This record gives sequence, structure tokens and C-alpha cells, in this order.
Amino acid sequence: MKIITDLPSVFEEFAEARKNSFLSVKRIKDEGKPVIGVYCGYFPMEIAMAAGAVVVGICSMSDETVGDAEKDLPRNLCPLIKSSYGFAKTDKCPFFYFSDLVVGETTCDGKKKMYEHLGGIKPVYVMQLPNSQDDSGYALWKSELFRFKDYIENMFGVRVSDENLKKQISLKNRERQALKRLSYLMALDPAPISGENLFNLLYGSTFKFDKEAVISEIEAVIEKIMRDYESGINVGKKPRIIITGCPIGGATLKVLRAVESKGGCVVAFENCSGMKNIDNMTDESDPDMYGALAKRYLDIGCSCMSPNPNRYELLGRMIDEFHADGVIDMTLVACHTYNVEAFGIKRFCLEEKHVPYMHMETDYSQSDIGQLETRAAAFIEML
Amino acid sequence: MLGLGIDSGSTVTKGALFDGEKVVRRLMIPTKSNPKKSIRLVYDSLISDDVGFAVSTGYGRALLEKAGKQVTEITCHAKGASFLCPEARTVIDIGGQDCKAIKLDQMGSVSDFIMNDKCAAGTGRFVEIMLKALELESGDLDDAVLNASPVSITSMCAVFAESEMISLLASGEREQDIAAGIVHSICRRTAVFASKLNPEGPVFFSGGLAGYNCFRSFLEKYVGLKTVVHEDSQFAGAIGASIIAYSCLMKG
Repeated sequence: MKIITDLPSVFEEFAEARKNSFLSVKRIKDEGKPVIGVYCGYFPMEIAMAAGAVVVGICSMSDETVGDAEKDLPRNLCPLIKSSYGFAKTDKCPFFYFSDLVVGETTCDGKKKMYEHLGGIKPVYVMQLPNSQDDSGYALWKSELFRFKDYIENMFGVRVSDENLKKQISLKNRERQALKRLSYLMALDPAPISGENLFNLLYGSTFKFDKEAVISEIEAVIEKIMRDYESGINVGKKPRIIITGCPIGGATLKVLRAVESKGGCVVAFENCSGMKNIDNMTDESDPDMYGALAKRYLDIGCSCMSPNPNRYELLGRMIDEFHADGVIDMTLVACHTYNVEAFGIKRFCLEEKHVPYMHMETDYSQSDIGQLETRAAAFIEML
Repeated sequence: MLGLGIDSGSTVTKGALFDGEKVVRRLMIPTKSNPKKSIRLVYDSLISDDVGFAVSTGYGRALLEKAGKQVTEITCHAKGASFLCPEARTVIDIGGQDCKAIKLDQMGSVSDFIMNDKCAAGTGRFVEIMLKALELESGDLDDAVLNASPVSITSMCAVFAESEMISLLASGEREQDIAAGIVHSICRRTAVFASKLNPEGPVFFSGGLAGYNCFRSFLEKYVGLKTVVHEDSQFAGAIGASIIAYSCLMKG
């Protein structure tokens, strides 16, 4: 395989990865491989990969289908849940269409109740995610991993061998490490690339199904970015912003664009599509592989956990390591857990980390772009 | 040399000229349906060979090609407020379609701010709708609410509040009591909004509503901090922009 190393083309190619993967998913399907559609970072990828399945993130980040969803669901529900349901209902998401199985987790109340309705459209398997990271939580999550393994073994008529699982754990760790190394290039000041390009690389990589190839491509990109950086190419000295909060992508890229169009640089994402998803590794030295996977996944610092110390720990570390000048907490309207947690994150940023903080609540419509731009510009002027 | 600042608001477009020490001229015209024309008109009226730099602010700030710089209304209001009232630690601005609260540090710089969402609740537009529904002139509002007994208004949505006002009129409530109820509800809502910033006094109240004594005094009551206005309160954003323009000029 030839690796493209011309950076603008690489950025473009990763930005288009989601769209381009419609066809690769169809091809995979035609080869007889099972496809599992997922919504969330808590999904244990390694088990599905060890069963020979291909995992793809289902559409949930556009307001295109919110109107259709609102015929069945309340209006004052988080747009991500409405969008997910709307795409499924209208059959507008090719990934949903090609999925043999859709897997959800009991993360927040809105999602778990929505999955009950989604089950009427497609086979939906719901994993019971505990909401606390203690011994009983890890034990429950580990038993849920076994239950899921048994379920897909039966459904697809395959066996998830320990040997193969071990390989997949190592492969996923290597992929996370590569993406993490890429993300940490942004710790350089001035940053080597824009936050939008970083986002496209991170998000696009989840729509490339040959993980070995992803690792090689990302490593080549890292090398190229560093060569350019050493020859003096960078985004220039700009206020450095970390975005935290709800999943970002699709319609909510308006927040990232508002920051960067007003003179800031988004140096890191704490959100699911960013560091949350790649920061911690599965312990490969642990002979109890399911236990190690349970720990790795359950430790993700999502606001559906209570309490949620790992989000503060990760965000605090990122503020230091990325030399952040400000933190923007992007939350979705009616996402109760992130909106309530915002008060704690604000105090943490201002009182413990002494870094300016701004909360931006938004939805998937484009009607608030003017306001978001004004707020982003005022925040940057304040830094 | 002079710095020119223009604040293109949703209802009114304001302009100010600053000579390094004082505001030497101010101008205000209705924005109406053509903000681009209004901002241009203010620019053409104030521009002269003495003006070395122009800064635009407000929601229409991008509409003036001749502006040397665009600065957000948050920064400009903070600047203008510190000029008009140097001891202010918090700014509450109620404009035609939005509402903002800004916290200032000892130097008068922005240390934190909040803006309301995309909704006219509790803004100047809300007051316009009230005046129209109650057939009151804006100049008569202070007198009308002076000795009124405010009725309780439950809707904060400008659209629902209008129908609530009409029902209250139909049930025989007096116009001045309804108006007082609205003024109280706007001030209470604004105080709750600003409380998110843990405001410190004194509070500088700016924007169109600062011209009414009733809003200042009820706001002071609900915020619980000394709340001051200035005769140029409505120009705070434009004055701030003109000061920033002047400092750009000085920096070269």
C-alpha cells in the first residue's frame, strides 16, 4: 500500500474517510464479514474484532434527521439521541443499514430508553454499563463483556479465542498509542497543525477498518508533520484552547470552527472523539484479559459515571501538558450529565488549574453560529 | 487625532469619538431593517480627517468594511463601562435582543462573562412588546410603574408574555400594574442570570434599558449590589470601541 504523505491531501483524505468508507463497509459485508454498528466509546472493540467483525460508528451528529425523530421522541431531548434514532428510523445512515447488529450501552437515561425503541427497527444488543468505577462496577462490566462475547459467538457462529483476543488487544493499544503520539504533537507551541486537521485525523481514523494500515498512515503523518515543523511550518502563535464536554463532530464542529476562525487554536480535545478514547491502554501484562478490558473501558471519564474523577484527572493533565490558555466546555442541550457536571468543571478550571473557562451549550442546528462566534471571539479577547 | 467606535446593535446603532481623554461626540440612530446602511450612516456622519482608526462592535460589526478592527461587544462594553465608571466590577448590559453580564478585574479587563441564549426573553425587545400591548409610551414607563402594585407575570417568553398581558388586561388589571409586573420579572430574571458570575459591586448597568430609572432600581434590589448608570450608558459599547480605536492609533 502506498502511503500518501502530502499533508493537505492526507488531511483531506481523513476528512473524507467517513464518506469513503460507505463503500468499504459494503465490500466487507459482501465478503461475508459481520458488521457491528456502535455509538459509544465504551464499546469493547477488541472482542468484536476478535470475533472477526468490523465495527463502525453509526450516524448521530447531524440535524438532518432530528425532525423525523421528534415525531416519536420528545423535543427536549439531547440532539445526539434524536439524531441517532432519526437516522435509524429513516434508514438514511448507510452504516446502520449495513450493520448486522447494533450495540448500545446504558450510558445516560435518554440513550438507554431510546435503545428500547431502536430495537423495533433493528436487532439491538444493550450492554449494561455500570455508573461507578469501583470493584462492583468492574466486576459487573467484566461479566457484561463475557455476556457480549457469548452473544456474538452464537449470533455469528464464531469463536472468540483467547489467542486472537490477545492480538486484538495489542493491535488496538498500538493504534491508540499512534493516535496519542499524533495528538501530543499539539503540545508544541506554536502548534504544528490546526485543531480542525487534528480532529479530522482522529475522527477519520475510526472509519478506516484496516487497523495496521491506520497505524502506518498515522506514523507517516507524524513524521511528515515533524519534518515540516522543523522547517518552520506551524499555525503561528495563537491562544491555545482545549475543548472538553459532549461528543464533538458533524454539526458541532461549528464550535471548533468558531474558535479557530476567531484566532484561537484548538490544541486538544478531551471529548470522546479525542483523548478520552485514546488516553488509557489495556494492560497487556494482565493474564485476566477480560478483567483488563473491563478496567480499560470502564475507566473512561464520561459524565455518565458518578462520581467522575477520571475526567478531572485527564483534563487537568491535558491543561498542563498542552499549555492551555483556556478551556471550552461544549455541551449539548438537554444532556443533563454534562450540563450538570459543567459547574464542577468550571470550578476545577478556575480554582484549581487557574485557567479561563467558558461553557458553550449548543445543539445540532446552525442558528446559533453568530452567537457562538461572538462568544468564542470574546473569550479569546479575554485571554 | 480621534478614535472612532461604532456599536451596531439590533435596535440602535451608536457611534462615539474619543480624543484620548474624553468622548468628544456621540451619535445614535435606529438600526431598523438595514444594519449595513445604519452602520454606514453613523460612520459617514462621524468620519473626518481627524479620525485615525475605527473599531466596529455589536452584532453587525462585520458589516463595516472600513473598520480597522472588529472587537466583540463583550470587550467593548467592559472598556466603555470602566471608562464611564472606573470603580465598576460587574457590567450588566440589556440590549435590544440580548443580555450579557461581564465581570471585571481590578484593571477593568474582562475576567469572565456570560451571554443569554438565542431568545428575546428579558431584553429590550420584550419591553417594546410590552409597551405596544399596553399602549404606553416609552417616556411614560417610569411614571406609570412608580406607584403601581405589580401583578405577577409567569411567562418569560416574549411571545407568551404578550398573550398573558392581553389576558390580564381582559381580566381588568390596570396597565401600570401589568407594566410594573413585567419590569420586576425582567429584573429578577436578569439578576438570576448574572448571579452565575458571582457578581461584585458596584454594578454598571448599560444598554437601552439603563435609561429607565425603574429598571435600575429594581435591578439593584434583585442583584443586591449597588447598581449605577451613566447618562452615556447606552453608548458604553461605542465608547469602549472608540477607546480601543484610539489605543490602536497610539500603537501605530
